[in-house]
Amino acid sequence: MGTDSITALRKARRQEQLVSKRLLREDTAAEEGGQDGAEIVPDPLSEDEVLELLRGVQRASEDRKRSLSRLRWALQNKETQQKFVRLDGSIRTLIGLFTSSLADMQMEAARCLHELSHSSDPAVAEACLPVTSYLLTYLSGHSVEFTELCLYTLGNLVVESEAVRKQLLPQGIIPVLASCIQSPHEAVLEGLGYVLSQLLQAKEAPTEIIPLVLDSVLPQHMLRLVCSGLKAGIGAAVEFAWCLHYIVCSHTANAALLSLGALPALTSLLLDLASEIPQDAPEGLELLVCPVLRCLSNLLAEETDCEVQIQDERLLVALFLILQCFLQQHPFIVQECLWLLNNLTADKPFFCSTLLGLDLLPALLQLLPCSQMASVLVLTVLCNIAEKGPAYCQQLHQQPALPLLLPTLTLPNPEVVGQCLELLHLLFLHWPEAAADFVRQGGHRALEQHQSTPELQERARALLDMVGQPLGASTFSPCHATLSAFS
Amino acid sequence: MLPLPPGLRRRLGEGPPPPTPAPPPFAPPAPAPPLFAPSLLPPLPPPFTFAPRRLRLGPHHPLFEDGDVHRHLYLQGVLTSLAEVAERPKVSEFSCHISGCCQVFDTLEGYEHHYNTLHRNVCSFCKRSFPSGHLLDIHILEWHDSLFQIMAEKQNMYKCLVEGCAEKFKSSKDRKDHLVTVHLYPADFRFDRPKKVKSGPKHVSSPTKQGSSMPMDVSVEMSEQFQVDPMEIGPSEHTEIPRPAASPSSSVPEKRLYKSRIPSTICFGQGATRGFKGPRKKV
Repeated sequence: MGTDSITALRKARRQEQLVSKRLLREDTAAEEGGQDGAEIVPDPLSEDEVLELLRGVQRASEDRKRSLSRLRWALQNKETQQKFVRLDGSIRTLIGLFTSSLADMQMEAARCLHELSHSSDPAVAEACLPVTSYLLTYLSGHSVEFTELCLYTLGNLVVESEAVRKQLLPQGIIPVLASCIQSPHEAVLEGLGYVLSQLLQAKEAPTEIIPLVLDSVLPQHMLRLVCSGLKAGIGAAVEFAWCLHYIVCSHTANAALLSLGALPALTSLLLDLASEIPQDAPEGLELLVCPVLRCLSNLLAEETDCEVQIQDERLLVALFLILQCFLQQHPFIVQECLWLLNNLTADKPFFCSTLLGLDLLPALLQLLPCSQMASVLVLTVLCNIAEKGPAYCQQLHQQPALPLLLPTLTLPNPEVVGQCLELLHLLFLHWPEAAADFVRQGGHRALEQHQSTPELQERARALLDMVGQPLGASTFSPCHATLSAFS
Repeated sequence: MLPLPPGLRRRLGEGPPPPTPAPPPFAPPAPAPPLFAPSLLPPLPPPFTFAPRRLRLGPHHPLFEDGDVHRHLYLQGVLTSLAEVAERPKVSEFSCHISGCCQVFDTLEGYEHHYNTLHRNVCSFCKRSFPSGHLLDIHILEWHDSLFQIMAEKQNMYKCLVEGCAEKFKSSKDRKDHLVTVHLYPADFRFDRPKKVKSGPKHVSSPTKQGSSMPMDVSVEMSEQFQVDPMEIGPSEHTEIPRPAASPSSSVPEKRLYKSRIPSTICFGQGATRGFKGPRKKV
């Protein structure tokens, strides 16, 4: 995928307009239309052609099944979708077939509805409003393929339209999903996770949806399915992990999740994930690792003193193994890991001393140049460590940290440089030898560059004072007399 | 490549840590007297504001941006999918084993769906089939249980159809009103037809409605009388494949014993594939 598209996606995400949908489709040679496997979008049909297909489907005849299949094929085209839903009675006809007991017709009608649900035109999704009660009814059925199709159709409709969600909640979607989550079929569970993940991302989720979910048996099953994902059903585990992330980052439900044991359970999962990589790592493991990291970080940020539950050095080991594994291919994992590392090292010294004791400092420093966000986070973690006192600063200094920090001072990014200044301040405060070395290595010259940067100048000057290199040292007051002896 | 210490992975395999947290790194020798003895230091200079704190991020935080885009690409089918693509087994043709049903299949999934749609939740009294056991139970209670009728005169017996809603009503109409106003169900919800005034199960076939074994045409306005309505049709449902020759509706089995059940889990083998599709390209 080209960088232009990624940029566009990032922009959409920033504007909270990233709409993700899943499309379930059959792989039949006739459909694909070519031996070379090239996938072809059908051309749009004319109004008359669409009408003819609709009539063919309403008419009882030998051809009905074939008309329905042709309709399904044609509905892959967005314009055809739009024309179809505008035809009088089209949705009603589909509903009629969808709710019949002619299994073939029912399945084919369901596939038509699925194509419509995937439309990027919100009007098409809203045209499917009358279908929702039936989709829910069929979730209590037993056909795995059919149920799966209904679930993905629901999920696509949910993300597209607030009107659909406003209708689905009173129609009882949450109790139905709560029953469905006890299905033994992985395909059903994955579809279910998908629907839930779309519901939980709605802007009204914190007030309208999450409370209902918490009131049901869903949370404990979600946690169970996430944590057993490596053994059975990683696809479902991925969906439910993202569900948990959406719940956790709304910050309305964390007491409930903590009381379900989410913290130790997810920690244990992270250890398992780390021990799987890189040898047996399935493709796409980062899709599970990412939301798990996020849940852990946000749960740790709750006010309650919960980190005691996870004071386990293996967590750090796991974190760094994950960093190593995904650094090249999925660099976004770096900032996710570093955020967790910050939350682990911020308050109690346990993880700070463990990090030093396990000799993980070189690896941490290596992450400095990864990205702007990574730089700030690495420096923040280093500040967390330095703040713990002289013993820690000594170790940092002896790493040695300064040779890697000095180049950071010359970066054009004020946020990064600012964090670096904070770190230096702590280092010099607790371990003055670092200040001397800093000057010996010419660091003060880098500081002088920032005397005119508004966000940095006060701190740069204060540091220069600390190391005995105040600006304009030639004009000095008596209290500075001893400083010149030092330098 | 990160410079991780050797033997790090081994530490994952070790048991849980001892209960006491690790002590801070070795006690250092007394450092050289600081230039500024702590007591002489001025209070923390104002420009330095750092304080360690755990960060709590909301759903739209910039830190999540890249990961969210990755998740989006996964859902849209652009990335490699995690799960194996679901496969449906292709087997040699076989027919439904329910006597009187002549549908034929070449995949187990197709059979499963047929069975569940047509034979699984079937009322043994009137042969109507229902999408779920729940709706079947309600139907039997309301249509075929004489005690129900007696009790319904005295108390609210008509249960709301929505799972999780405990409301009960004194009449089918009241229930429908509830379904429409509270649960936003369609007024013509197909699985909530009121009991017909004409009693007896046979009326359901309505031979006049279907002179042949072919399903009726549907006009646009009357699609709710779509004759494949499960509530309306009895044994004539068996017109799965329109066959001009046969008239399955004439041979109504008297009593159906649905003893045999397919197992709830089916093992899949090789066959047609089904999976998540990415963006299609125009040729």
